[in-house]
Amino acid sequence: MRRLRISLWIIVALAASLFALFAYQLSQPKDDFVRSAMVGQPLPQFDLEPAFEGRPGLATSDFTNGEPQLLNLFGSWCIPCRIEAPQLEALERAGATVNAIALRDHSEDVARFLEVYGNPFARIGSDDISETQFALGASGVPETFVIDGSGRITYQHIGIVTEQDVPLLLDELRRAGSGS
Amino acid sequence: MKLLRPYFFLLVLVFAPLATPAMLSAQTAVPPAPYAYTQLDDPRQEAAARELMATLRCLQCQSQSIADSDAPVAGDMRHQVRVRIAAGESPDEVRDYLVSRYGDYISYEPQVSATTWPLFAVPVLLILLAGLVMWRRIGRRGEAE
Repeated sequence: MRRLRISLWIIVALAASLFALFAYQLSQPKDDFVRSAMVGQPLPQFDLEPAFEGRPGLATSDFTNGEPQLLNLFGSWCIPCRIEAPQLEALERAGATVNAIALRDHSEDVARFLEVYGNPFARIGSDDISETQFALGASGVPETFVIDGSGRITYQHIGIVTEQDVPLLLDELRRAGSGS
Repeated sequence: MKLLRPYFFLLVLVFAPLATPAMLSAQTAVPPAPYAYTQLDDPRQEAAARELMATLRCLQCQSQSIADSDAPVAGDMRHQVRVRIAAGESPDEVRDYLVSRYGDYISYEPQVSATTWPLFAVPVLLILLAGLVMWRRIGRRGEAE
């Protein structure tokens, strides 16, 4: 009889610890980010047409000049991209080369967006069917990648670049430049 | 007009998106990728593509497959799947391509891996345990008689 009682308590303890595990996991904040598996890998091959007349298009070969650079994914239709625009300008003022890919966009819309929200971009390629987005492992817009001088992806920032993210990205650029 | 009043808010909900400025509606103005809504000519390839689409997760609407979703990005993913299948890639190769970009997250197909093996092992262990307990009980009852 005593043996039965002990085994019953073991079952109760197991069930209680299971519920404790559920309670813990349910109280953890949910992480909705789908991270790219391409961080640490060389950039995929792409050669994109200019997104509008004001800037040249963008190709993989533009990233192999020895300088670490930023690659921003945006769309004129993307509301959060308007919010991060001043921070991209701040990055450019701090000396960063910022390139961009405009996703599923019209050249007139891109031109109007850049006129209103500023144009810190050196080159802007156009990706109408999200092909380069998938090749980069990017889950949407806005997203910003750090690319080292040899064309390798070293860092992925998902979502809006906030004011606090500016020094962080500059730091990542420096690290990409020092080859570590 | 009096009759319409209870439905006024509903009308606002339905027609409000039409009143937003042109810049906001620009997203839908870009046509979807050619094979987002167009089937492949070869029915066998189309069937293979569809079967694969049902097991790939949409990036934007994360609880839907790309076959179920009308999000623009899901259409562009269907285009990738159809074009790659039409070019002769096997469904597994297309899945591996997307997994190499996004990790296991993109695939709904269960995979046994370093993190998921307990999900497969625990049920087997439980069945074995239950079998053992039952066998001992039945065996004991047999002894008592």
